[in-house]
Amino acid sequence: MAPLLEVRDLKVSFATDDGAVKAVDGISYTVEKGQALGIVGESGSGKSVSSMTVMGLTRFSGNATITGEILFEGKDLLGATDDELRLLRGNEISMIFQDPLSSLHPFYRVGKQIVENVRAHQSVSRAAARDRAVEMLRLVGIPEPERRFDAYPHEFSGGMRQRAMIAMALANDPKLLIADEPTTALDVTVQAQILELLAHLQQELDTAIVLITHDLGVVAEVTDEIAVMYAGRIVERAEKLPIFAAPEHPYTWGLLRSIPRLDLPRNEELVPIPGRPPSLINPPSGCSFHPRCPYARVECATTDPRLKPVDGDAGHTTACVLPSAVRQELWGQLANGVLPAQALETVTIPGAAR
Amino acid sequence: MSTPERAPLVQVRDLVKSFPIKKGIIFQREVGAVQAVSGVSFDVLEGETLGIVGESGCGKSTTARLITRLLVPTSGSISYRGRDIATLGRSELKPLRREMQMIFQDPYSSLNPRKTVGSVIGEPFEIHNVETDPRKRKVLVQALMEQVGLNPEHYNRYPHEFSGGQRQRIGVARAIALKPKLIVADEPVSALDVSIQAQILNLLRELQADLGLTIVFIAHDLSVVRHMCDRIAVMYLGKVVELAEAHDLYAHPRHPYTGALLSAVPVPDPRLAAGKTRRILGGDVPSPTNPPSACRFHTRCSKCQDVCSVDEPLLTPQAGGNVAACHFPLTDAENADLPTVKIGG
Repeated sequence: MAPLLEVRDLKVSFATDDGAVKAVDGISYTVEKGQALGIVGESGSGKSVSSMTVMGLTRFSGNATITGEILFEGKDLLGATDDELRLLRGNEISMIFQDPLSSLHPFYRVGKQIVENVRAHQSVSRAAARDRAVEMLRLVGIPEPERRFDAYPHEFSGGMRQRAMIAMALANDPKLLIADEPTTALDVTVQAQILELLAHLQQELDTAIVLITHDLGVVAEVTDEIAVMYAGRIVERAEKLPIFAAPEHPYTWGLLRSIPRLDLPRNEELVPIPGRPPSLINPPSGCSFHPRCPYARVECATTDPRLKPVDGDAGHTTACVLPSAVRQELWGQLANGVLPAQALETVTIPGAAR
Repeated sequence: MSTPERAPLVQVRDLVKSFPIKKGIIFQREVGAVQAVSGVSFDVLEGETLGIVGESGCGKSTTARLITRLLVPTSGSISYRGRDIATLGRSELKPLRREMQMIFQDPYSSLNPRKTVGSVIGEPFEIHNVETDPRKRKVLVQALMEQVGLNPEHYNRYPHEFSGGQRQRIGVARAIALKPKLIVADEPVSALDVSIQAQILNLLRELQADLGLTIVFIAHDLSVVRHMCDRIAVMYLGKVVELAEAHDLYAHPRHPYTGALLSAVPVPDPRLAAGKTRRILGGDVPSPTNPPSACRFHTRCSKCQDVCSVDEPLLTPQAGGNVAACHFPLTDAENADLPTVKIGG
């Protein structure tokens, strides 16, 4: 059986006055039915652009060049017409965004906006669509849904707005839900509510979820598999457990070691990733992470690593030229709070600005 | 760990700030008030980092602006090195401004886009007549840039030429320019990417050690606050609900709100996440225009009883050294599932 969503060698670049910005630079992944995939990365890593391309939202910007393949249940989405995509969007594939205030129309009542989505894809009566909208509002935990149906977005709090967005996204029982930083704008107690809701809905309705976030804690709560993106590429992909227990890419180590964590002792030293994310117009040669990588070797500046399975786990792939055994040893030291000796040596690499 | 004998640099007592709600376009009249901070008391000890945590709308930023006297308190007192500064006027405050500086959340809007980095960082010297000779000022500014990890050659660049993390370094350089005693940092890393956050946090810690700064660190992220602070105050709807040494707060939170906050933080470890029972708080933070009676948390509290809506609990010492305002503080057994409790704070 074909996977629900298959992305093959997707490249998206935007022409600007300064040159082409390679926002997504050849990524491939699959999402099976009912599975939750987390895409983790910092701003500018291409995580949002890749998912917006799946929804067909980047095709309207005149300066975008998109190549590769996006197959949804075997159908090619990149070759689909606008009309064909419109039938899918909000129906089979739904999306929720970071900022629920700007993604709801301020002028229309919340319930009406959900009804609009239902009636756009199903030929049902107004009353039936209204019932469906109320049912969805109840499902996502909005108190007194019959009354709240007639409220305007500004009358909702941030958490309730995000719930309303989720209700709207799920109103047509989509097979795939793309959630782009769904909790970033919310307070931590409300974030916990929304994450619990997403996990619950995924189990209940068997919806596949692609969760895009910069927060490793959020993906640990909700997803089954995780892809780490850096400078438009996937640099590591694995099941949830190995990503946290045995990560193999130096960028993933950097992410895990640079955040203060509640599950580690308090005086644990933070190890920041030096430098800053690279330019996507002139990305570094070889491995795009090498200018910031403390373990970079001379070949990192010339060899462009491909995603390869790591030793001992075929489902875990990473794009790094270091041998797997070396990487496992390095992480072993990092995980125990030891800064590996290699990180302290200054390896001179041409073009590396540290 | 801080020692109890340390002298307080700032003492805040019963601080209240309310903002009027106005109606009407030309003839404005007051129709109510939002009490952003309602009766907050705490000390900031010399050389420590005091953390203030809470969700949006809890009054933590207003408290920061009151301490630095960017806002005038409605009532209460703020004493800085023994002198009440709550009602001082502009000219009386000016010499004090040298000693207390702020670092803001958004490094994009807190720097003047039309000024070069050199003049942004050099401005405090000019305002306070510390160094009027432009050449000498440039030397001072470049030394500061070096100190915060910026390239001194970028003296003549404009803020838009820098990344978010570098801009925050500019903000830090400006704040330490006059060698202040107190720095109030309002969410200094929440606008930054995760890999950059650690750089700024480490910078602040280094500077504190080098310059002997006292820092009031305001954030909503409990893991960041735990990493940075010696003592922590947890705020909810304009009140301090718990105050404790950082270790004690995370090893045994006593106020149910602190417990719920700690439980809500997503932990980047699936093994822990799987075994944890979440205490999800229902609903949202109530409106500060019309806060709940007595204990303001009682509408969302799992341990709430009748007395909580009638009798307001005061900040009282609890088991383990925490100070919390609660009639029914959390016990160690109730805290057993929290990630920080498992590793002992």
